[in-house]
Amino acid sequence: VLFPQAPRMLAQSSRNSASPVLLLVLLGCVLCPPAQASKSSEDIRCKCICPPYRNISGHIYNKNVSQKDCNCLHVVEPMPVPGNDVEAYCLLCECKYEERSTTTIKVIIIIYLSVVGALLLYMAFLVLVDPLIRKPDPYTQPLHNEEDSEDTHSLAAVPAPAGARANTVLERVEGAQQRWKRQVQEQRKTVFDRHKMLS
Amino acid sequence: MVNAGDMNGSGNLMDFLDEPFPDVGTYEDFHTIDWLREKSRDTDRHRKITSKSKESIWEFIKSLLDAWSGWVVMLLIGLLAGTLAGVIDLAVDWMTDLKEGVCLSAFWYSHEQCCWTSNETTFDDRDKCPQWQKWSELLVSQSEGASAYILNYFLYIMWALCFAFLAVSLVRVFAPYACGSGIPEIKTILSGFIIRGYLGKWTLLIKTVTLVLVVSSGLSLGKEGPLVHVACCCGNFFSSLFSKYSKNEGKRREVLSAAAAAGVSVAFGAPIGGVLFSLEEVSYYFPLKTLWRSFFAALVAAFTLRSINPFGNSRLVLFYVEYHTPWYMAELFPFILLGVFGGLWGTLFIRCNIAWCRRRKTTRLGKYPVLEVIVITAITAIIAYPNPYTRRSTSELISELFNDCGALESSQLCDYINDPNMTRPVDDIPDRPAGPGVYSAMWQLALALVFKIVITIFTFGMKIPSGLFIPSMAVGAMAGRMVGIGVEQLAYHHHDWIIFRNWCRPGADCVTPGLYAMVGAAACLGGVTRMTVSLVVIMFELTGGLEYIVPLMAAAVTSKWVADAFGKEGIYEAHIHLNGYPFLDVKDEFTHRTLATDVMRPRRGEAPLSVLTQDSMTVEDVETLIKETDYNGFPVVVSKDSERLIGFAQRRELILAIKNARQRQDGVVSNSIIYFTEDPPELPPNSPHPLKLRRILNLSPFTVTDHTPMETVVDIFRKLGLRQCLVTRSGRLLGIITKKDVLRHMAQMANQDPESIMFN
Repeated sequence: VLFPQAPRMLAQSSRNSASPVLLLVLLGCVLCPPAQASKSSEDIRCKCICPPYRNISGHIYNKNVSQKDCNCLHVVEPMPVPGNDVEAYCLLCECKYEERSTTTIKVIIIIYLSVVGALLLYMAFLVLVDPLIRKPDPYTQPLHNEEDSEDTHSLAAVPAPAGARANTVLERVEGAQQRWKRQVQEQRKTVFDRHKMLS
Repeated sequence: MVNAGDMNGSGNLMDFLDEPFPDVGTYEDFHTIDWLREKSRDTDRHRKITSKSKESIWEFIKSLLDAWSGWVVMLLIGLLAGTLAGVIDLAVDWMTDLKEGVCLSAFWYSHEQCCWTSNETTFDDRDKCPQWQKWSELLVSQSEGASAYILNYFLYIMWALCFAFLAVSLVRVFAPYACGSGIPEIKTILSGFIIRGYLGKWTLLIKTVTLVLVVSSGLSLGKEGPLVHVACCCGNFFSSLFSKYSKNEGKRREVLSAAAAAGVSVAFGAPIGGVLFSLEEVSYYFPLKTLWRSFFAALVAAFTLRSINPFGNSRLVLFYVEYHTPWYMAELFPFILLGVFGGLWGTLFIRCNIAWCRRRKTTRLGKYPVLEVIVITAITAIIAYPNPYTRRSTSELISELFNDCGALESSQLCDYINDPNMTRPVDDIPDRPAGPGVYSAMWQLALALVFKIVITIFTFGMKIPSGLFIPSMAVGAMAGRMVGIGVEQLAYHHHDWIIFRNWCRPGADCVTPGLYAMVGAAACLGGVTRMTVSLVVIMFELTGGLEYIVPLMAAAVTSKWVADAFGKEGIYEAHIHLNGYPFLDVKDEFTHRTLATDVMRPRRGEAPLSVLTQDSMTVEDVETLIKETDYNGFPVVVSKDSERLIGFAQRRELILAIKNARQRQDGVVSNSIIYFTEDPPELPPNSPHPLKLRRILNLSPFTVTDHTPMETVVDIFRKLGLRQCLVTRSGRLLGIITKKDVLRHMAQMANQDPESIMFN
């Protein structure tokens, strides 16, 4: 009883089809890069920081070695002190092994920027273009009634797209989008205008 | 119970675009769920599955899948929460540095990533490399000098304003519920309240995207609280895929508790702390089964974040601490002082923030949310840039303050006067006198502390996602570090004082200022949120060891005592009261001696109770009653004279059932009699077909007698999660007590405004 219902539940619970698809794409793209982590040479390093010692100034050494070899003797080259001082010098140095995944960073930043760009475009469309191309809809007029309580419209039968059910996909998508816009408007009224929630 | 939602016919994929038909058994927005009914529905479902599982192999497999669906949901929540946290961390890292400059080799690298492979970094200038250029270098090819500074300053402010404006616009246009921290509302939701859309997909998307923007813009806020909201949205999303959770609001809240634990786990890299935070702060009912599942979700989330590795060092938090220097008993005195500071700051912050938020709610200030965000961002950016401690992101500041000064640190805080002949290894640096860099750093830290204290009061609660953990920890860390440096210098210059003589010999490393910063951070966080165990566990998971558990506990306990002396509420409870959410806190104690008669409705002089009778009201009577009143439910009695209680009917179910009946059943008209008994009553011939509504009647409503003490009534409401309770005397119905009445009564007893409880 789980799985046959699952896709229907998934579809049924989304009012605007853009967002869950977006989420799944995000999830998929982001989970893939760590899986195929092929380490390029610029992705691992051993970083040794050595402070000033006698008349030698401080220095930072980077080298591309494995975690086992990440210590002062392997990384600090050329050694600035003569042989008998090496141990004392190396005691002062601190070596750390670090790795990163450049592919992950690149993919995540680019996905993030594209999501922000898409949202920006959609916002510009909703704020600027939509009011111009949409004729004032008789069903959206009741929204201007400020004192609309939650259930007076449930006793008075709600005219669900009254009459003929919109049959084409485009009209249904538009109906879903109208519903979503109404919900957001309700939320905006609750939070921004009436300050009923979220101070 | 007829499930009206199935009437549309299953299998038609395009049906999801149509408006859903509301089921009998779902709840209205801004109403409280009936915990007992949800629990009994779940038990019914489980019994049905168990009995069917004996029939065939397929049914048995289905029952196994049903049992395992809980764990699958936890796994998915952990994966998604960890992924989103990794995305947020990486994006914040990059965008914070974007305010100052850009990487020329690949624009998606932050400053540190850009200079990762460079060979030009020197010991003194660890951050410089030719691939990373500040904006002034890029635009006018100058990196030093007044004009470069002014250009950088200007661009910093411009970027900050751009990010903040984008964030508040996105919130306003797409998901107004994405603002604020989210934790007060999640607490209320987990106690049984319904807020439709608060954990929806658009809220999830917008909260993630705008969280990155506001943290990068340099505002004084954190991402931990919003990460809890994000994780709960993930929990809501995955629980809607399985009918076991999507149809049962009580079970869904178990999933949400676990998701909240996963959220804190990725925010701090502290799975155990996350579970305890969920148990202590966020959840209302926390059955033991949820404990194990929350831990699983938190672990999966932490593991996912670790594999994304946003900080390059396999740590989950930027300010992970790795030293293990010991502390001494005599240091408990400054730690307790830090605890007192934390408690005082917590009280101050809560009072000021609530006053400011109340002003935003009630006066004209609330009409300009976008302008408010822009002004606060501008002020923050203008004041923050000159001070190097506030210019960088708050997490980096905390990281620097937590870190101990070895020989290798090059920051100003570690500018001690070194003995040039010293040859001690890295972590055994003895006491040194402070150099000029340390003194200037102390001045700058003091200014930064004052600034942060003031600006956070105005930032928390704006119409953008804003968290509170990081700014509180920053305030505490700054205060702690200053105290630590003070104690260290005192010990250096006065080795012969009694308090220092025993444990601080000259030449020994006795005081670790970084530890004081950690203790200060814990104290301030505890003072503002009043967390106890979860705070200590989070802090010691941050430090990776149990060495510092005693100082942390001392500070946390002291700050809680000091803060509780001034007011019992933490910041989240204070916001719940400010917004009037119907949240019956389990931590409050009700110690007054009132009785049920004092609280019940109707009071003396009010209209009598609106009741339904068992078989003598017509459909029209009921509809009139519903239209004229706005009660959530009506008691059903035998008749108007006898007033003996039969059950309780919910308003929503009456409306739906009557509407259903009018549309579908033949012969039901306005004059039809509604009856709640098993058999229809005796009717004269030629009367219209009666309507049986027994299935929507709750035959076991909770009743108390009129002399029950309110202490017991409040306890019953809390423990069972009731919405209303009927009051009887000698078997006859006298009145009703709703949760709102209980909350109002408690507010009245505590001398608060009883009219501030807004929701039903």
